[in-house]
Amino acid sequence: MQISARRIEATTIFDITGDIDLANSPEIRKALLKEIKESKTPRVVMNLLKVRYIDSSGVASLVEGLKASRDAGTRFILFGLSPAAREVLQLSRLLKIFEVHETEEQALA
Amino acid sequence: MSGDLLLKVELRSDPSMLCVVRGAMERLTETFGFSPAECRSVTRAVDEAITNIMRHSYKGQLDRPIEMLCRRVPKRLGTGEGFEVLLADQGPAVDPSKLRGRHLDEIKPGGLGLHFIRQSMDVVEFKRTGGANQLRLVKYLQPEKQD
Repeated sequence: MQISARRIEATTIFDITGDIDLANSPEIRKALLKEIKESKTPRVVMNLLKVRYIDSSGVASLVEGLKASRDAGTRFILFGLSPAAREVLQLSRLLKIFEVHETEEQALA
Repeated sequence: MSGDLLLKVELRSDPSMLCVVRGAMERLTETFGFSPAECRSVTRAVDEAITNIMRHSYKGQLDRPIEMLCRRVPKRLGTGEGFEVLLADQGPAVDPSKLRGRHLDEIKPGGLGLHFIRQSMDVVEFKRTGGANQLRLVKYLQPEKQD
């Protein structure tokens, strides 16, 4: 799994490539929480276009990001969900609580 | 009645091995005859079960043993053959009352692994035997259509 960050004005986009599981979800969690709590970025976007698989620990990291964003008044957005990622969020009944878009353009609009 | 052995894997409790097991499960479930959605489902269940062993049984230690056996088991009434996965670890005895997962009404991180496992598999059984924890998961094929 690789994670990198881009900044466009008041938005940070995390580009993630690979599977998200117990081996690397802590890294994602740490990066998200640092961005939201320390950097206080107004909008944080997760690019999941190249994420083929996400497990419950990955979902937990996203939920922690969402909770932190609500506390900080930050917008937290996901885009590019694969069928497997969408399935996992639906099974957890969490799909509706996230702001989800299909494309980066929609996420940044 | 013992099932036909399909695959036996011994691994250490290192999370970097999870993707290796997922790769094997994706191929094995496809070969067994599951639909793509069922393959994803079974792979997810096994991945979550091994993750639980790593986190909770072994508390994050990286060098502890995990054994996985995949077997073909006989059909039940109204099903096709079964795909059985046995997972064993040498961790402390698990309190069965903690194997329930949580309600999904609350929005909080964590507690989803068991939920995914129970959603995916037809049989989820836990026992303690010979000083080891053993988790038995079975998913049955759809019955063959009669012409």
